[in-house]
Amino acid sequence: MAEVKKDALTGIETTGHEWDGIEELRTPIPRWWMLTLWVTVIWAIGYWIVYPAWPSLSNYTKGVIGYSSRAELKKEMARVEESRAGWKAKFQAASVGDIAKDSDLLNYAMAGGRVIFADNCAPCHAAGGAGTKGYPTLVDDDWLWGGTLEAIEKTIRFGIRGAHEDTRESQMPNFLEDETLTKEQVSTVADYVLALGGSGSASAAGKALFEENCTACHGEDGKGNKELGAPNLIDAIWLFGEGKDRVAAQVAKPKHGVMPAWQGRLNGVSIKQVSVYVHSLGGGK
Amino acid sequence: MNNELFEKNVVLLAIAILVTVSIGGLVQLVPLYTMEQTIEKVDGIRPYTPLEQAGRNIYVREGCYLCHSQMIRPFRDEVERYGHYSLAAESMYDHPFQWGSKRTGPDLARVGGKYSSDWHVAHMIDPRSVVPESIMPGYPFLAEKDLDFSDVALHLDALRTVGVPYTDEQIQKSTADLKKQQSTNDPDEAEGLLKRYPKAVIGNFDGNPERLTEMDALVAYLQMLGTLVDFSKVNLETMER
Repeated sequence: MAEVKKDALTGIETTGHEWDGIEELRTPIPRWWMLTLWVTVIWAIGYWIVYPAWPSLSNYTKGVIGYSSRAELKKEMARVEESRAGWKAKFQAASVGDIAKDSDLLNYAMAGGRVIFADNCAPCHAAGGAGTKGYPTLVDDDWLWGGTLEAIEKTIRFGIRGAHEDTRESQMPNFLEDETLTKEQVSTVADYVLALGGSGSASAAGKALFEENCTACHGEDGKGNKELGAPNLIDAIWLFGEGKDRVAAQVAKPKHGVMPAWQGRLNGVSIKQVSVYVHSLGGGK
Repeated sequence: MNNELFEKNVVLLAIAILVTVSIGGLVQLVPLYTMEQTIEKVDGIRPYTPLEQAGRNIYVREGCYLCHSQMIRPFRDEVERYGHYSLAAESMYDHPFQWGSKRTGPDLARVGGKYSSDWHVAHMIDPRSVVPESIMPGYPFLAEKDLDFSDVALHLDALRTVGVPYTDEQIQKSTADLKKQQSTNDPDEAEGLLKRYPKAVIGNFDGNPERLTEMDALVAYLQMLGTLVDFSKVNLETMER
């Protein structure tokens, strides 16, 4: 160690390094700074002891309080589950019909249903179930697969043309592509369908084509069939767009909506809640 | 401070540098050798199909991770909204992983099957056509652009090099599998594909079977996210870490 030298001018200790007569002052990091550093180091050691920290060859150090984010979640969810247990038992025992009749259960269903709807259903059916092109509106009384509480629950549970094995399935033929109808015939039958809804006049040729090709699913009066998800054609509600062109396109090569099954994604209570909520939106039967 | 000892002894200095750098290196490297223990063993995880992998590349290219995470954290609010928290195993074949940390949009770790493919296409082309309050940019060009899959076999092979267990058969049939996934709706016709990649979603994702677009690939990827593990069959107790 070099002997301690002091700078003559300032009186501050020097490091003892000297270059061409220029000496370096010893100005260490402030004490408060060093103190903070050491406190963080000690804090880290404390953290290693209390919380999970170091990996070992086959495991890791668990820490003395045994914290685990997954275990915490489990505790939290168990607490939530317990607070909902009363409702859960009632909802499991009750059918959607019973729930709608009991004002307590109805309130609980509506409160939960609104949140579940906004989170899961609104992306397609729009806020409040207003619907959009290709995604049915849920606030009117025109239902493709039935508007009773039970039918709505079934649709939500298993979906439409979805991946679930109990999904509801129906496929309208591609009348033009399969060469069942010619282009003119498609146009004629589209005119007839529009006439059924009260716009334009019905032709005899259109009627014949309709009866031959369409009535099996849509019914002789064109009112549709909820067993098959065949839309009502006389109520002037058009899922895939209004007008002759859209109707003709739907005959030629129909679009088919797909709704995912929610069983498995939502629990049983949630499905009943949202079923009751959807039923209440305005058009429930 | 006694710097002099090190400053005047180059061998000692070299040894000290080596020790310091090693500590930094070990902290980064050692955890990689514990992967076997840190990734839970769950059934159902498989490498991506060639089409999903191509879609994933588009997901990365467009920077979806800048607004969407793929990591459901073990918190009540996330678990109740998105589903079971993400497992390490679910992203074990991701290179690079897409966990993300910026949650401007919703988490996508379990978006597969939540919406119809039609919805995804409409939403990609114009997000506000289906979600009026959305601030996501539109990606209409994806539906216009043919997917370039000329190098898909090489791509899978490269992934195999970094540890994704693609078989020779999977790599050999990658181009055919990629086309097959979007050209048929019939599970019988896609039997080979579904055997090689169980639970793969098949179909004309963008509604146009004649063209294989980037939209097809991206929607195929989105539709499988988080769907591989059947959580009703997973024993969480034995899995807990």
